[in-house]
Amino acid sequence: MTAIPFATAPSLRSNRRWALIAAYACLGIFVIFFLFPPYYMLVTSLKTNAEIAELASNPWIVTDGVTFGHYEHLLTESSFPRFFLNTTIVTVIVVAITMVISVLAAYSLARLRFWGSGVLATGVFLTYLVPDTLLFIPLFKIVGWLGLLDTYWSLILVYPTLTVPFCTWIMIGYFGSIPRELDEAALIDGANHLQMLLKVFIPVALPGLIAATIFAFTVSWANFLYPLAYIYSESEMVLTVGTVTTLIKGDVFHWGGLMAGALLAAAPPVILYAFLMDYYIAGLTSGATKG
Amino acid sequence: MADVTLQNLIKTFDTVEAVRGIDLRIPNNEFVVLVGPSGCGKSTVLRMVAGLEEVTSGDIRIGDTRVNDVPPKDRNIAMVFQNYALYPHMTVAQNMSFGLRLRKVAKSEIRDKVQRAADILGIAELLDRRPRELSGGQRQRVAMGRAIVRDPEVFLFDEPLSNLDAKLRGQMRIEIQRLHQQLRTTTIYVTHDQVEAMTLADRVVVMNAGRIEQAGIPDEVYHRPRTRFVAGFMGSPAMNFLDCQLTEENGRTVARLAAGPALPLPAEQAARVRSYTGRKLVAGLRPENIREAASHDGTNSSGVPHDISIDIVEPLGRETIVYFRLGDATLCARVGTEVHPRAGEQTSLVFHPDRLHLIDPETDLVL
Repeated sequence: MTAIPFATAPSLRSNRRWALIAAYACLGIFVIFFLFPPYYMLVTSLKTNAEIAELASNPWIVTDGVTFGHYEHLLTESSFPRFFLNTTIVTVIVVAITMVISVLAAYSLARLRFWGSGVLATGVFLTYLVPDTLLFIPLFKIVGWLGLLDTYWSLILVYPTLTVPFCTWIMIGYFGSIPRELDEAALIDGANHLQMLLKVFIPVALPGLIAATIFAFTVSWANFLYPLAYIYSESEMVLTVGTVTTLIKGDVFHWGGLMAGALLAAAPPVILYAFLMDYYIAGLTSGATKG
Repeated sequence: MADVTLQNLIKTFDTVEAVRGIDLRIPNNEFVVLVGPSGCGKSTVLRMVAGLEEVTSGDIRIGDTRVNDVPPKDRNIAMVFQNYALYPHMTVAQNMSFGLRLRKVAKSEIRDKVQRAADILGIAELLDRRPRELSGGQRQRVAMGRAIVRDPEVFLFDEPLSNLDAKLRGQMRIEIQRLHQQLRTTTIYVTHDQVEAMTLADRVVVMNAGRIEQAGIPDEVYHRPRTRFVAGFMGSPAMNFLDCQLTEENGRTVARLAAGPALPLPAEQAARVRSYTGRKLVAGLRPENIREAASHDGTNSSGVPHDISIDIVEPLGRETIVYFRLGDATLCARVGTEVHPRAGEQTSLVFHPDRLHLIDPETDLVL
């Protein structure tokens, strides 16, 4: 803020107004910046091929009439529905596997005192720091050896290596923030470990559980590298790679279809986020302060 | 209902000895309060009885069973925690019935028990609420309700009132007392608050540094403390301690306080401590045994007046606490409301030797 003479120093109230204006201005820029790509995708997906190819046309608005042709083509004449189904199968199974493993792992690492549990907890997190770009080559060997190359089952095997460490870490933080008296009360009430987990820990840590679920969902829904490396047949492909490989023919880009496909592919995560946003934030922040 | 017996109970955390040999027998129906400063091992003892801490050595018996290796759920105990430890996602009724549901008690029986406990505690209209919708006092009632429905042989309370404000604490103290009168369940109650200890206990167990300093009915612990620690811990404001010397004057045994008056001892006490004549001792005198000179209740007849200069005055309404210096020591006296002492004023206070505690500084034992 510019210097203000001491005598006319602003009251707390006008100070607050300026802070609000600044905050809204920053947020406005942020929103425009991040909403630009989806907007551009939406506009492009509604244009005819001719308008997209016309260099002189205005890229920001539809001028030659709205068409749903790209969507129609995508849903009826391409493998897009197949990709969608494959992605859904992979994601659902991966999320299920991830949550079972990471909840059990986090519970034992957070609550059962055993030799080396602290080191193990850190170790779990460190594995998350190894980038996929390094992992996909050795994992390729393993996937090939198991005979899973060119099937989406390879993804179901591989994705948990990305999701389990992070989700375990989130859940350790979350379980760790549950007061110990709660376990002790449950112990005296007669709960065994499984009952304590199912009837006390999971319900209490539900926001963390949802945060972890969203993370696992996003990773398996949006991963590009692994399907690109392991899957070649159109019938086994998932949305990310499938859309791109089938809609780019050599050097011909079907922009309208690409954008329509990308928008449809992005819809499920957006819907999920919208519904679970509050839980997601509560889960992440609580894990953060405790982790 | 059952007796609880602790035999030479010891608990060591790594290298720290938290509990150093506790022997205590708690008869059926008794309300025992373990009291002591933070870190004295009182909570550890309670947690060992609950089965939440392993016993390093020694025995715990509930009834006739040695329970050292019995898991908490099979000890037939119920515990109330300091921060309530209510399950936040369950309603009050679910919280109270959780233990019964795990034990597969019939639904109708659960409903009856929960209803009865809720009626006893006055929380019947809260049964469908969740803990976050309750006040601190209500939460503590629910925590007690959860203990009651189990119908345990022993109740364990771990500083249950320390999260409540002073007024509510007073109310809940009465509730707990009423509850015990009604249920007569053997109770072990841990607190650092000596008022709670005095008001609730059938028997007070004062602990310090992992050991029992004294166990007895509240009156006994207050009026006949066995050690300097107990004398200083029980009572608020705390007992005054100051050096004194025991001398014979005119055929009477007299405690001559450092920079203070000489207090002739009652005959019975004099006979007990005669062998310490000439020795330096510590005199313990409670604030209520140093009174204003002109007391109307006639209790001053045996007192020894002494002139002092008032340092600080704390008027409390029904009495006034006066702090003054005697030599190097700051002492505290309780005076009635009919006198109006002011800071800096010279006045005469009366020391009552009949309640004087003499402490051997070498052993810290009250003689």
